Amino acid sequence: MKTAVVTFPGSNCDRDMWTALRDVSGRDPLKLWHGDVELPEGLEFIALPGGFSYGDYLRSGAMAANSPIMRSIVAAANRGVPILGVCNGFQVLTEAGLLPGALMRNAGQTFICRTVALKVENTQTMFTSSYAADEEIHIPVAHHDGNYFADEDTLDRLEGEGRIAFRYTEGCNGSRRDIAGIINAAGNVLGMMPHPERAVEDDHGGCDGRRLFESALAELV
Amino acid sequence: MKIRIHVSLKPGVLDPQGRAVHHSLEGLGFAGVDDVRIGRLIELDVADSTSDAALNDMCEKLLANTVIENYRIEKVAA
Repeated sequence: MKTAVVTFPGSNCDRDMWTALRDVSGRDPLKLWHGDVELPEGLEFIALPGGFSYGDYLRSGAMAANSPIMRSIVAAANRGVPILGVCNGFQVLTEAGLLPGALMRNAGQTFICRTVALKVENTQTMFTSSYAADEEIHIPVAHHDGNYFADEDTLDRLEGEGRIAFRYTEGCNGSRRDIAGIINAAGNVLGMMPHPERAVEDDHGGCDGRRLFESALAELV
Repeated sequence: MKIRIHVSLKPGVLDPQGRAVHHSLEGLGFAGVDDVRIGRLIELDVADSTSDAALNDMCEKLLANTVIENYRIEKVAA
């Protein structure tokens, strides 16, 4: 199984993501750089990690969304390659147009860094099939710009199509309808603010994130 | 040619930063401030031949996120 983690200048969760993917897949993920134009052949899973790509200049994720590698990643997403964007990776996916909506400054203006409770809203996605319906899981968040915004029509469409993967069980950052993670229409792109890669070992204080990787990678075997 | 791009949050999009500044203004005793919205001003120096279409394209593709922001292009007299 060929997985990869993209590093942008300012990414800081790429190593954690790499380790989580290696532990679950049993193989070393490839390391990709934002300046790479071509993706390696046969990639089966691509992760966009958290961090502060390009120093969050202009808007979080805006510069990274236009970096050289993203053209290939958009093409890969449109071919059906599974893509996971966490935190800054989620911001990049919305800025790149792979997911609807935008991530704004937290409503409370503060950086939020704590473990939050999430409800798994849809267990029929390739990223969530190992969770139980309506299961409550605990995953850390660490962000300043996690306040999910989309217009009402878009939110209704996301709800209607089962594209809300995770919801905060109680208000976290001001996100519309407490949305913590969404998938694209085809179901192969997931963006989420909480960090599943920070909850894959007992030493992390919880392993609830591990099953996300197990779900996604099991589909590929 | 000098260009100013005014980027502002769309009406209806909550602006927590603006709200916090509003509260601070009230705390300083300034009465009669009904609302505060914070945007961004981007100044460009471009070739005179730059078309309006190209300027719009810059805004649509990078300078503004039209999911949450409006933009206005102002040509500044030299």
